[in-house]
Amino acid sequence: MWEYANPKRFMGWTAPVLPWAFGLSAVCLTIGLIWGFFFTPVDFRQGSTVKIIYLHVPSALMAINAWVMMLMASLIWLVRRHHVSALAAKAAAPVGVAMTLIALATGAIWGQPMWGTYWAWDPRLTSFLILFLFYLGYMALWAAIEDPDTAADLTSVLCIVGSVFAFLSRYAVNFWNQGLHQGASLSLDKEKNVADVFYQPLLFAIGGFVILFFALVLLRTRTEIRKRRIGALQRREG
Amino acid sequence: MPDLGKYAAEVLLAYGVSLFILIGIVVLSWRQSQRTKRDLDAAEAQCNG
Repeated sequence: MWEYANPKRFMGWTAPVLPWAFGLSAVCLTIGLIWGFFFTPVDFRQGSTVKIIYLHVPSALMAINAWVMMLMASLIWLVRRHHVSALAAKAAAPVGVAMTLIALATGAIWGQPMWGTYWAWDPRLTSFLILFLFYLGYMALWAAIEDPDTAADLTSVLCIVGSVFAFLSRYAVNFWNQGLHQGASLSLDKEKNVADVFYQPLLFAIGGFVILFFALVLLRTRTEIRKRRIGALQRREG
Repeated sequence: MPDLGKYAAEVLLAYGVSLFILIGIVVLSWRQSQRTKRDLDAAEAQCNG
């Protein structure tokens, strides 16, 4: 497996995968969002705001999973000193920020009519906001340190610390039985899961967000590898 | 267009903001990728030339 993460091999196998990944994510997102927006009924309690679920749930899921992916890549860097894994973690951060921003914005827009407020210092919302700030801090740390290996070391440590909040963002509702945010929308228990009529388009939307995340991380990792190569060439010349 | 009732503004705003952010991150990533590719080609040409 590690040979595919060699920079040259990575550039080779990702080039043909990228158009398919972007295409598949566009198809899944189009199906999920059009199905959800145009062809699902309104909820008897939430009215048409239930349609926000097709954006909020997938983006919140990916906001947390992006950090988990960064954590794994950071651990690989710390243990194996594998440069592509450090660059993949760096590449994933702006995508994670975008996902977190969508989750926070759609949650606030949904919260105003349903809870009567855009924001509450609820355990899940607060841990999500802290996760967002960790994303920004992580990117700022990469930008602030010139030596790439030192930057990778320090950002990996920050990523491990921030994982607490990624974990809390997911499980805060279970730990503290207080606050406004409801439990998970998706469950293996059919009784607790959202109704099928909402569930099926939601699965497409989640699939679209997951594949889009994967495609963006590949694209941005390729960019980071090229930047690293430009730096090496400039040092050799200079 | 489905009938969104009294929450039409909220639903449309949520979709508008989300699509703006999604399209924004894709376009920014793509443009950055193309620019870096051009810079690398130029740097390699300079090294080889």
